Amino acid sequence: MARLELKNLNKTFSPKVIPVKDVSLTVEDGEFLTLLGPSGCGKSTVLRMIAGLEEPTRGQIRLGGEDITFRRPGDRNMAMVFQSYALYPHMTVSENLASGLKLKNIPRAEIKQRVAEVAQLLGLEELLNRKPGQMSGGQRQRVAVGRALVRQAQVFLLDEPLSNLDALLRERVRADLKQIFATQKAPVVYVTHDQTEAMTLSSKVAVLNNGYVQQLAPPDRIYSHPANLFVAGFVGSPQMNLLTLPCRGRYALLGDFQIPLLDIPTVPPQIVLGIRPENVRIAQPEDEHIIQGRVFLVEHLGMHNLVSVRVNSSHSEPQTVRALLPTDQVWSNEEITLALPPQSIHWFDVESGDSLVGRQRVETMS
Amino acid sequence: MTATPEVVSTTPRQAGGAKIPWRKILTTIAVILVVIFCLAPVMWQVLTSFKVNEDIAAVPTVYFPTRYTLDHYIELFVRRPFWRYILNSAFVSIVSTALALTLGAPASYALARLRPWGGKVILAGILIVTLFPGILLFIGLLEIIQQLGWGNNYLALIVPYTAINLPLTILVLRSFFEQLPKDLEDSARVDGYNTFQMLWQILLPMTLPALVTTGILTFIFAWNEFIFALTFITREELKTIPVAAAQLGGASVFEIPYGPIAAATVLGTLPLVLLVLFFQRKIVQGLTAGAVKG
Repeated sequence: MARLELKNLNKTFSPKVIPVKDVSLTVEDGEFLTLLGPSGCGKSTVLRMIAGLEEPTRGQIRLGGEDITFRRPGDRNMAMVFQSYALYPHMTVSENLASGLKLKNIPRAEIKQRVAEVAQLLGLEELLNRKPGQMSGGQRQRVAVGRALVRQAQVFLLDEPLSNLDALLRERVRADLKQIFATQKAPVVYVTHDQTEAMTLSSKVAVLNNGYVQQLAPPDRIYSHPANLFVAGFVGSPQMNLLTLPCRGRYALLGDFQIPLLDIPTVPPQIVLGIRPENVRIAQPEDEHIIQGRVFLVEHLGMHNLVSVRVNSSHSEPQTVRALLPTDQVWSNEEITLALPPQSIHWFDVESGDSLVGRQRVETMS
Repeated sequence: MTATPEVVSTTPRQAGGAKIPWRKILTTIAVILVVIFCLAPVMWQVLTSFKVNEDIAAVPTVYFPTRYTLDHYIELFVRRPFWRYILNSAFVSIVSTALALTLGAPASYALARLRPWGGKVILAGILIVTLFPGILLFIGLLEIIQQLGWGNNYLALIVPYTAINLPLTILVLRSFFEQLPKDLEDSARVDGYNTFQMLWQILLPMTLPALVTTGILTFIFAWNEFIFALTFITREELKTIPVAAAQLGGASVFEIPYGPIAAATVLGTLPLVLLVLFFQRKIVQGLTAGAVKG
């Protein structure tokens, strides 16, 4: 097994279509890296370049220290699971599983044994003689995963393997996938636009947008310390409140209320405040940073209510803050007081979108 | 819940009883007429081939004979090398069909997926070629055959038939290849198939319905083709069925052997009918078994 390195990958289809601009990543043995991003961010293109299905315009792909940038996909010893599963419809499940091994001239007995092992692991024994057309979506998905596992490849690539399943099944298969790939030593690269999958499955997440890596970090860190506005807005549901506020002195003004800024050398004229709805709570008497406003929308999410509050403001355009509040009270059309705990507030630069806290933390850490 | 009571009509419809189902009757009549229109000539040929000579020539016409005979068929095989004609036709048709498919499949795949430079121009060219009436090429072809010395040679038929059928093959297969999900090919490449293995082992089995359809069309064209076969082949033992059937002559100039001609027509058509019936099932099977997602 080996580490997979991407160095300054770029894919240019035409001067205007550059899905991947500059991506550098390293995936160690046993690591589960998720490429997360909205559609069109270049994540699938990165995966296809790793697989060898697209040739990078610039940059290098190394596997175990070897340059494999221009090697044929079949010679890379990688296994890939496709979104549409891409099972060969004219072959039975066992033929599907065995096809890649047959091409590598592996002895018949070994093929048989490996197929049997994988079939047992994934519970496919009953299906071995069926054709893809006679199976349900979940079964096909398992066969697709099985076809990757049976290869005993050096790298596993998964391209949105769960997005064709219905919601309930997806949750179960997600758990299964996590267990299966935890036992594999090879690096796994997983592409998804679903942040829940990224959070639950991976040991490392690369958030991609516009062809660049926005942040590369473990999932909890992506959540707690988003590196910039894009990551802050993309990760987390419901979405983080991101408010562009004017600054005055050491304070940012949210409506009629003053939120003290963190310790930064120069105070910009404007700053972006970010706070997750789950961190906003009903103010207690001892809270310092409070805002007041009127509830104008309540959305029921089951465990919580997502409450949208228009913050009182006497001079400027009213800002909206959304908060996750307990369901034990009817909030609609009430005047409420909310607390913004300072430790959960993120500050971002208006121009660059970069996190100001993050930068500070990194500086103190190093 | 408030239930609105259903309005039930209590007055019986027309005292006379059931209404006449005009729709059904008219449809049935139309179907019968169409069937007669299509099959009557075929039936006529088949019946003629079994009639005795007196019944064929009889006035008033005997539509449904009471006496049947196999003499006409026997005559074909005894007085003529009819087996040989069938063999010639089969050989020429099978080889040109196989050639058209083996050349057309990779070509259409290349056009559909590799998107070569100028692919659109090539496609337009192919389309224009199909617009030419074959007869226009005929004089030129005759010259070429003469130059090559291919007269009285199977090649004189196989090569033109293949060439004439290639555009159709390429157009049909190309649109079929374009429908196939691209993921399958990517998956095959990751699995280690090279382009040709992928084409033969993954894609062609899935294009079976299209292959069979175009194959049948190609085969029918080659089997029925008349003018090239008539001109390029003069030796008796190389003739194909259409030519042989047309050239059946009687004992004297004044006798037209209707019986044997009908028998030859039936024999010439039978293989096609069987072929289509057999493969039609295959086509339907192939179409339903090819599901990728669902």
